[in-house]
Amino acid sequence: MSKQPARTIKVDILARVEGEGALYVKLKGDQVQDVKLKIYEPPRFFEALLRGRNFAEAPDITARICGICPVAYQMSAVHAMEDACGVKVEGQLRALRRLLYCGEWIESHTLHVYLLHAPDFLGYQDAIQMAKDHPGVVQRGLQLKKTGNEIVTLLGGREIHPINVRVGGFYKLPLRSEFAALAERLKWARDAALETVRFVAKLPFPDFERDYIFVALRHPNEYPFNDGRLVSNRGLDIPIGDYDANFSEEHVQHSNALHSVLKQQGAYFVGPLARYGLNFDRLSPLAQEAAREAGLAPVCRNPFQSIIVRSVEIVYACDEALRIIEQYERPEKPAINIHPRAATGYGCTEAPRGILYHRYRVDEEGTILEAKIVPPTSQNQKTIEQDLGQFVPKFLSLPEEELRWQCEQAVRNYDPCISCATHFLRLEIDRV
Amino acid sequence: MANEHPRQPGALVIGIGNAYRSDDAAGLIAARRIKERVSEHCSVMENAGEGTSLMELWKNADRVVVIDAVRSGAAPGTVRRFDAALHPLPASVFRGATHAFSLPEAIELSRALQQLPRQLIVYGVEAHNFEAGNNLSPAIESAMQQLVGCVLQELLDTNASRGQEVPVVRS
Repeated sequence: MSKQPARTIKVDILARVEGEGALYVKLKGDQVQDVKLKIYEPPRFFEALLRGRNFAEAPDITARICGICPVAYQMSAVHAMEDACGVKVEGQLRALRRLLYCGEWIESHTLHVYLLHAPDFLGYQDAIQMAKDHPGVVQRGLQLKKTGNEIVTLLGGREIHPINVRVGGFYKLPLRSEFAALAERLKWARDAALETVRFVAKLPFPDFERDYIFVALRHPNEYPFNDGRLVSNRGLDIPIGDYDANFSEEHVQHSNALHSVLKQQGAYFVGPLARYGLNFDRLSPLAQEAAREAGLAPVCRNPFQSIIVRSVEIVYACDEALRIIEQYERPEKPAINIHPRAATGYGCTEAPRGILYHRYRVDEEGTILEAKIVPPTSQNQKTIEQDLGQFVPKFLSLPEEELRWQCEQAVRNYDPCISCATHFLRLEIDRV
Repeated sequence: MANEHPRQPGALVIGIGNAYRSDDAAGLIAARRIKERVSEHCSVMENAGEGTSLMELWKNADRVVVIDAVRSGAAPGTVRRFDAALHPLPASVFRGATHAFSLPEAIELSRALQQLPRQLIVYGVEAHNFEAGNNLSPAIESAMQQLVGCVLQELLDTNASRGQEVPVVRS
């Protein structure tokens, strides 16, 4: 009986992941002994910052948590505050919120598909090397992302973070005429998005599937952004106010982020694959057709193919944006009246990376007493580690450099925003 | 694919940073102080550091100065100047950016797509602390005057050397 050699694969810094992270995989022969995805968490600065502030400040403060998805934070925040106040934003104001979210999905997904993920599949070190051989492809990606930016700028204002969003609606509303130029750009973008699906569909995908527990919002008529019940492919079907009763956070020693689990079930998966798998029938016909042509079934369990699903969601977001602009009639008032009351409010919206949960307790004057924020990436942490534990043994025959590269790529499948998972952006990393 | 847009005259100053990460606000604060001292021929912008937005900002600019906090092991408050039109930014200084696609990548992608401004100077000020917080460390606050002075001198120097008519710094 020979002693199996232990092998360690260490990637000190994960390239092309938002924020920072480190990956550690310990192998003994063909057994995975340990997987650690390292995340560093400073003190819970933003939850603490929110305490004592007025409820109306929540969208502005939380928008600063994430540079890539400020709209998602604003949406979860305003929905939670409106829930606390016992009001619902409907009609054109609701439609404009969906439009704003379309913009962020287009921006975020396009950045990931073209600049962070596609280089992996084509064997390039990064998007810069890819651009030297495929400048047209990269330019298409940049222009497509820019269209998403234009939606956010038109609705959100021209600052670093969208400034036009408030509890109850907006501060200023665009005129119908202001959307005309954007609509023309979106028609181009929709075609570019379809091109994107065709482009990624041809990429080489490893044969890897897991039977994930998918969790996403589900709505009676719409592909989900802001509204819906929380559902899973294992029978979960709850109002978002029951989130805390069904999900818990475990503090894990090596990672300063908290690992979310579904009580009694364990790790779960949020984001594009989860949304798609639970809401395929809610996609627009064009997006469904694009998915089918790309060879996707209504449920996809291969995380590498998330690049196709993200691209399909870009098609949907362009389609939905055009639909909203087409039917837009400027409401009389930019926001509904809001009166604070002592209550706890819940908001859960679909950020590009998955469900983003906010809970606030406010007093009768609207002062925030307590805040809880659970970002999508921290909810996927456990699943990412489990994926690596399953994935690595299948590819042990690969040379070490290639195996390491595949591990990095496996983490990039999730488009993790580590800065969100730790509630704050951090620069320092410990090189071990 | 060469950039076909005509470049704007004057100059563009971009301060990069995050106001909630202590010394990471340095670029933003420097930009605000520079804005008080320049004419209408110099645009001053603040940016969170996301690479594609930077590429958009400088796409039509001729002369660009970027200011960002860095962490490279030098003494906090050290100010360094890099000519990005000539060389990529050194990884030893600009490593570990918080966005996956940030300033160094934006410069290289612009270069690969032949979209770099004719002049792109980057000033890095060595940070002490990137922890959550709203304040600059004393060493960085002390360095602000030097940093602002360097950028203003930079704008004046290139103005003079090009025989520019448009004044970018207020006298």
